Amino acid sequence: MLTGVIEFRIDRHSGVSTYVQIVQQVKQAMRLGLLAPGDRLPSAREVVDATAVNPNTVLKAYRELEREGLAQGRRGLGTFITKSLASEATAGDDAPLRKELGRWMGHAREGGLVVEDVDALYSAVRDEHYPAEERS
Amino acid sequence: MTPLTATAVGKRYGRRWAVRDCTFSLPEGKVVALVGPNGAGKSTLLRMAAGLVRPTTGELRAFDTPVRGRIHPDVSFLAQDRPLHGHLTVREMIRLVAALNDRWSTDRVEEMLALQAGVDRDATIRTLSAGTRTQVAIALALGRLPRLLLLDEPLSDLDPLARDETLRIIMAEVADRGTTVVMSSHLLADLREVCDHMLLIDDGQVQIDGDIDDVLARHRILVGPAADETAVQGALVSATRTPRQTTMLVRDPQPTPHGWTGTEPDLESLVMGYLRAARDRSARRD
Repeated sequence: MLTGVIEFRIDRHSGVSTYVQIVQQVKQAMRLGLLAPGDRLPSAREVVDATAVNPNTVLKAYRELEREGLAQGRRGLGTFITKSLASEATAGDDAPLRKELGRWMGHAREGGLVVEDVDALYSAVRDEHYPAEERS
Repeated sequence: MTPLTATAVGKRYGRRWAVRDCTFSLPEGKVVALVGPNGAGKSTLLRMAAGLVRPTTGELRAFDTPVRGRIHPDVSFLAQDRPLHGHLTVREMIRLVAALNDRWSTDRVEEMLALQAGVDRDATIRTLSAGTRTQVAIALALGRLPRLLLLDEPLSDLDPLARDETLRIIMAEVADRGTTVVMSSHLLADLREVCDHMLLIDDGQVQIDGDIDDVLARHRILVGPAADETAVQGALVSATRTPRQTTMLVRDPQPTPHGWTGTEPDLESLVMGYLRAARDRSARRD
């Protein structure tokens, strides 16, 4: 029943607050090119109908996206994406880095690694290249 | 306008104070979790706010009007026992409540019931499941077109599906009309994902009052060597100790000292920390 382009999946047991989950899912969709400038985010009522979360939390997440310059609320119309986070490196199934990671994932699976091994390796290498203190 | 303020409110039953010296002010448009253990004074507080019980001390105001012996026209209250007449049908019950209220919208009741599949308007109330009974009672409370909705344990006795459906009705009301909601529960897990403000009551007193994200961000759980507790600066809420290790809940902490790890608490550990502290204080007093 959503007329928006994306639907939020709220994990109640992740320990991550609902509003942070919504912000992260919007950004993720933007990076992957699933949300582009001009797209309308689902209204608070639409999110309530789909997930029964608190509409104030949805609006708080949207205000955070506005504060970061990624979206803009238009009175009576809704909240719209104003910026693109997608780049050729991240959007689409053919993006070169994505294909490279896909090949790596394939090797991992063939090598008999389970998903926890893959996650551990990925985060270890990620933290080497992107030290926590340098992240915003 | 502030939906509800309490100034030094207390209620004594015989020699026991159910509520003592409660002062708070609820922000408009929020969904407020009123939490605390059984017997903490939550129901007494809600009943006073609805004008059903007169405070022994202090004053409650709803939308700037003192609450005196009757419910404010902009407030709806649902008691824990969901007072419905068991022998009436849903349709008759709606008609009865409509006749009792000056400002009333049967359309609104129907709209909220329509969110639920299968509430038979001709079914007798006593034949309904606990979940449906709760949903009918909440829909009736919304027929008054309230600006403040007070719900005493609305989710107790509900199975997971009924609980989800009930929350959906309440959240739809907030999205549609910006209604301020206060929901009490002794089970914190019931409320954490749907509330943005919390009022923690224990031993008749307000222990925490604030925006949930802000409250969490102001606290840290610090774990470190028991021999080195003086290194920690900030307001200690409570602590647990083993011979070697100390775990502290601290409000407004300074940067985490060397040799300690600091993490933001989740809502459960925060509330447990405050309840433990209140228990200790109460044990010392008695």
